[in-house]
Amino acid sequence: MLKNFTIVRFHAKLYTVKVHYHSYDAVIVGAGGAGLRAAIEVAGKVRTAVITKLYPTRSHTGAAQGGMCAALANVEEDYWEWHAFDTVKGGDYLGDQPAIDIMCREAIDAVIDLEHFGMPFSRTPEGRIDQRRFGGHTRNHGEAPVRRSCYAADRTGHMILQTLYQQCVAHEVNFFNEFQVFDVLFDESGGQKRAAGVVAYELATGDLHVFVSKGVLFATGGYGKIFRISSNAHTLTGDGLGVLYRRGIPMQDLEFYQFHPTGIYGFGILLSEAARGEGGILRNGLGERFMERVAPTVKDLAPRDMVSRAIHAEIREGRGAGTDKDFVYLDLTHLPPEQIDAKLPDITDFARTYLGIEPKTQPIPIQPTAHYAMGGIPTNVEGEVVLDGKGTVVPGLYAAGECACVSVHGANRLGTNSLLDIVVFGRRGGRAMAEYVKGVDHPEVPRGAEAEVRDRIERFKAASGGEKVPAIRTELQQTMTENASVVRTAESLRAAHAKIDELVERYHSIAIDDKGEVFNYDLVEAVELSHLLDLAKGLVVGAEARQESRGAHWRDDFPTRDDVNWMKHSLAHRGDDGDVRLEYKPVIGGRYEPMERKY
Amino acid sequence: MTMTAQPQSQVTAHEPKVTVHLKIKRYNPEVDTRPHWEEYEVQMSPGDRVLDALHQVKWTIDGTLSFRRSCAHGVCGSDAVVINGQNMLACVNLIRNVGTHLTIEPIRGLPVIKDLVVDMEPFFAQYRSILPYLIAHDDPGYKERLQSPEDRERFDDTTKCILCACCTTSCPVYWANDSYVGPAAIVNAHRFIFDSRDQAAAERLDILNQKSGVWRCRTAFNCTEACPRGISVTKSIEEVKRAILYDRV
Ligand SMILES: Cc1cc2nc3c(=O)[nH]c(=O)nc-3n(C[C@H](O)[C@H](O)[C@H](O)COP(=O)(O)OP(=O)(O)OC[C@H]3O[C@@H](n4cnc5c(N)ncnc54)[C@H](O)[C@@H]3O)c2cc1C
Ligand code: SF4
Ligand code: SF4
Ligand code: FES
Repeated sequence: MLKNFTIVRFHAKLYTVKVHYHSYDAVIVGAGGAGLRAAIEVAGKVRTAVITKLYPTRSHTGAAQGGMCAALANVEEDYWEWHAFDTVKGGDYLGDQPAIDIMCREAIDAVIDLEHFGMPFSRTPEGRIDQRRFGGHTRNHGEAPVRRSCYAADRTGHMILQTLYQQCVAHEVNFFNEFQVFDVLFDESGGQKRAAGVVAYELATGDLHVFVSKGVLFATGGYGKIFRISSNAHTLTGDGLGVLYRRGIPMQDLEFYQFHPTGIYGFGILLSEAARGEGGILRNGLGERFMERVAPTVKDLAPRDMVSRAIHAEIREGRGAGTDKDFVYLDLTHLPPEQIDAKLPDITDFARTYLGIEPKTQPIPIQPTAHYAMGGIPTNVEGEVVLDGKGTVVPGLYAAGECACVSVHGANRLGTNSLLDIVVFGRRGGRAMAEYVKGVDHPEVPRGAEAEVRDRIERFKAASGGEKVPAIRTELQQTMTENASVVRTAESLRAAHAKIDELVERYHSIAIDDKGEVFNYDLVEAVELSHLLDLAKGLVVGAEARQESRGAHWRDDFPTRDDVNWMKHSLAHRGDDGDVRLEYKPVIGGRYEPMERKY
Repeated sequence: MTMTAQPQSQVTAHEPKVTVHLKIKRYNPEVDTRPHWEEYEVQMSPGDRVLDALHQVKWTIDGTLSFRRSCAHGVCGSDAVVINGQNMLACVNLIRNVGTHLTIEPIRGLPVIKDLVVDMEPFFAQYRSILPYLIAHDDPGYKERLQSPEDRERFDDTTKCILCACCTTSCPVYWANDSYVGPAAIVNAHRFIFDSRDQAAAERLDILNQKSGVWRCRTAFNCTEACPRGISVTKSIEEVKRAILYDRV
């Protein structure tokens, strides 16, 4: 014991962090689709830094497969209003309609923009951008599936990410690669709280960097790693949300988390809806096409929340496949092999690589996988972060992409609408920030703004408790997948809540192995886990309170939508002790009145 | 549908675990003067990825082990390492396929920073040197540029690149001379040179015609074998060489 103690002190003393100071007009945190799109808008206009914990091309936007919807009408009749209707309905009437209108209208522009940037879209025989079907996207308000999704084989996100990064290279955007933001700074000297910068940790050296900046835009992506079975990258730990949440910014609609129906069994790796767009069929263990029963019109192309619940029901009622009867099949065996090779090359390779299955002759075992956060940092349509139902903004603070909640996806995002969201609102947020910073002075940031981050790092390195980060994270993911996923009840949520409280308690006595400064991912994972715990708790508390079923939030004990009491957005505030206080704000309506959601 | 044809062994959660021996090249610049080997044993399912085994070491035995990773399914390009002598992504290779005795070291030709983490800056600098972005001076107005499916197909293969560096760091020419631009940069040049919308092929071909360019390649095919995206790397290099020689795209 004594020996151990001495070693710890020794390390603590040895640790003297170097701090660097930078001054910028605009800082963008994150270099996925949203961050890069914003960067293109800002770079060259004002002094900009893009800070990213991953090399830009490693961002999870690159994993997106299926496509990006826009009513180009290149292959059949379509109007952006139809797209807007589908988005409102798909979101189960929790989306804000003015924002949805903007997204669907600007979608067309955004696709053309990407094409001009060099995006290699798949083409029609006439050389125009090709379009295909996708879940929940219909012609004329639900009549039949429509070909609206623009795509590049089944690696649309990869192509978007590469294209945007290429443009950033062309624009000589200033990147700080492998710098991880640990804190946000505000300036309250003028009486009003405004953004003042961020504190970042340089992975290669362990040095801290204080970026003082007039504008800060968060584009840090999702937090799918709160779940065990997940399509999300290991690095999707909700850092942007977590950092702001700790600093008093509320989080909107956390209880709405999407489960994609077709994750590779056991892995959670995504098989895009494009597989069903191309004609793929879901079958249960008996070989039945069960979606015919659930959604007679659009069948397998019903929105994700419905399909995931249908799969859950098949499994629960004993009609699953396999020894444990805990998966169903995605069947592509009836599709022409050439079509599979041309349109779905990557995802069929995933099935071969991870399951040893040949999708041309064998159906693929799948199960729902945690996929997308509808909720996040509340913003308006200019990407400005808003604090309440009155639209009070924090000047200089912006968010875009999956970390943000505009809200265009409501209670359930339609496939292809996120790639759209990141480019439309990345651009808007970038533009608004570039405008804003021209009109304001540099913020006041006192020396030692990094003190709290430094203390935190020192505490982690000095700690000698018996708890380990991976163990706590695994238990968190386990309870979230079991108790707070596709189907929830008061009881399951209570269990998750109690478990999270226990884990938060245990988190106080974690110790890390790596006390070093160079590429200390051990430390980084400890910080990331704090965000996962915070967000999981916010999600569960929001879900416990919401006594209705809407979109991706399904309560077996309250199986209907309740527009009288619950057509409102939640705002979770974090107390100093990590406790959650809920508040609500109204949904902004528009042309479409809520009606029952049938497909 | 052929439900019976399904190989059950691959799709059960109950496959017995196997003992995996990992021999990993470690280097910590804060304490080591040079790299050394460490050995570990972990229990894994045959269907687990090598990346899962690395995680198992990091998460249950030694948290100081450093390696990059993100997507865990071969699309982000973070976790290129040398496994039993071959450049691979740790996340797309299963224990079942690579065996239970694994020697893992950092990719070669780039400076090692810590353990399996190498300095990627020289690699990205070479990528940037070939103008990796669409250059087109015409104004297409408020509509898409047209491109026939055949023209689109012309450069499809090289659009798949995820910049993982498996190819470049398997190239003997690159090991011998790091001023060589390397196969990954040439692949990305190819992606634009053969894009019918692009108008800067000549500039890129000039860059690749220089001393550090395509002529250093001796067609050894290491790069093609190493590419986890199945890109015909050597073929694309040959196409670029031919374009330089015959001034033809
Ligand atoms: C497998 C898969 C398939 C999908 N397919 C589709 C599809 O077909 N169509 C569609 O519309 N949507 C799809 N989606 C959803 C969509 O891809 C994502 O929601 C979207 O790409 C998110 O983009 P983003 O820019 O917000 O975040 P990301 O691309 O995740 O980027 C996050 C960025 O933030 C950085 N970052 C994070 N934390 C920090 C920190 N602390 N400090 C510094 N930097 C940080 C990272 O380095 C990274 O650059 C898919 C998602 C998945 C997982
Ligand atoms: S083909 Fe050329 S680039 Fe590829 S490994 Fe051989 S020498 Fe290197
Ligand atoms: S060509 Fe292949 S091996 Fe080389 S960087 Fe690209 S994806 Fe990796
Ligand atoms: S972790 Fe992304 S390619 Fe392996």
